[in-house]
Amino acid sequence: MKLIIATIKPFKLDEVRTALTDAGVSGMMVTEIKGFGAQSGHTEIYRGAEYAVNFVPKVKLEIAVPASMADQVVSIISTTARTGKIGDGKIFVLDLEQAMRVRTGETNEDAL
Amino acid sequence: MQFKSLTSTGLAALLVFLPVAALAQEADTTPTNADIGFIFTTFMFLVSGFLVFFMAAGFAMLEAGLVRSKNVTMQLTKNMALFSLASIFYYILGYNLMYPGDGWSVDGILGAFSITSLEPVGLEGAEPDLTYASVGSDFFFQLMFCAATASIVSGALAERIKLWPFLAFVIVLVAVIYPIQASWKWGGGFLDAMGFQDFAGSTVVHSVGGWAALTGAIILGPRLGKYKDGKVNPMPGSNLALATLGTFILWLGWFGFNGGSQLYMDTSGNVADISRIFSNTNTAAAAGAVAALILTQLLYKKPDLTMILNGALAGLVSITAEPLTPSLVSATLIGAVGGVIVVFAVPLLDRLKIDDVVGAIPVHLFAGIWGTLAVCFTNSAASFSVQLTSIVIVGAFVTVSSAVVWLLLKAMFGLRVSEEAEITGLDRSELGMEAYPEFSGS
Repeated sequence: MKLIIATIKPFKLDEVRTALTDAGVSGMMVTEIKGFGAQSGHTEIYRGAEYAVNFVPKVKLEIAVPASMADQVVSIISTTARTGKIGDGKIFVLDLEQAMRVRTGETNEDAL
Repeated sequence: MQFKSLTSTGLAALLVFLPVAALAQEADTTPTNADIGFIFTTFMFLVSGFLVFFMAAGFAMLEAGLVRSKNVTMQLTKNMALFSLASIFYYILGYNLMYPGDGWSVDGILGAFSITSLEPVGLEGAEPDLTYASVGSDFFFQLMFCAATASIVSGALAERIKLWPFLAFVIVLVAVIYPIQASWKWGGGFLDAMGFQDFAGSTVVHSVGGWAALTGAIILGPRLGKYKDGKVNPMPGSNLALATLGTFILWLGWFGFNGGSQLYMDTSGNVADISRIFSNTNTAAAAGAVAALILTQLLYKKPDLTMILNGALAGLVSITAEPLTPSLVSATLIGAVGGVIVVFAVPLLDRLKIDDVVGAIPVHLFAGIWGTLAVCFTNSAASFSVQLTSIVIVGAFVTVSSAVVWLLLKAMFGLRVSEEAEITGLDRSELGMEAYPEFSGS
């Protein structure tokens, strides 16, 4: 099993969700986050004074999938969330040791 | 006679009995010609007065929206308290100090020291000045101007001043400082004799609040972290919807502020003049807002709503010294310059490290000075040198007297809350009560 962590631009969330559920992904966790990467913030002006916005709002997805699906999910996220402009986000893939569905006690791939 | 029965029997009884009473005393109900002017002018003062009263709500909402959420309850408390204190101390001392009639303590300079008293009930045994309005309506109307002056100060000093020293200053401002300088013009004092023109108070009201705010802001110092390492750190306001509502409420109240300052509604000429004033006042506000909208787009690439709100108010302050004589085109230009002044003055004050939370100093002081000078463009009775001299005299008096009071309060009680209290927010540290408790995460 793999855990895929992706940060994307907030306005791409619905599109990514639809594409993933169409491909058979049955669940994901979504968190509103702030952070910086290559985009490294920008400046805004309030009442004539410039100030730095050091952390940019993003959405973080956490998706647990069978190892066989991982590459497909990564490719769907990267194509759907891509605008080609700076700040599109990143995708990380981690090994996942264990999973359990709380209601039934099913484990591992049965629980995904 | 009929007016007396109105007040004592109430509205329900009025609806039932009015037709009967009218039939029974048909000959008596028509007021004399002299009464009609008195009635209309009094009525106009009462309507204008409650419009200006509503500006207290406008200031409260504007300030609540432009301070950070941790200081909102304190800002509302100050607004509530300052209006109430003004209402009490203006009758105890202010009103007769401002309008001494023939009772000057020092002729043309210092008014009368006495408590305000109203006419007897039903004007029983009194001989009112039928060419003007009732004392009660005049007092009510003038009180609202005095309270507006104090409201100007609270916004500039928000988020760091202690409650009680601030309220102590308010008492001195509304009971002594404001009435004395206002008597010089509106009470018939020496500025009036010089020919100074200030229709509804660009100088008498707005710049006075502005000078007191400027003096206070300098003595009090900026909010912690506002100016650090040579940089300005913006502290965005908590609720721009409230700030916008507050601005529109002020805009509404201004129709009473300027319109009522015509002081008479007893002839068709006066009614027409009040209509001119309403139209010019509205136009100047709109021009100030549009000027700030365009200018912030050009300067900063994005329009800044808080500046547009300040721009509208600056337009209103600018037209206040002479809302009657300008044409609509002149009113547009006068208001637009006010909007431009605000957009440049806000960053200028930041460069001087004078922290004015809501922009009260650019709006009320700078635009007030501009409006007072702009009278010369449309009113031939105004002389530039007299306008300028009067601005300087009023400015010097208010700055010096305010500075003395601020410094005394600072020496006796201290003006600022502690560093910890300021960072925690005055709502929790000074009041133990938050405006938005569900959102604070505490």
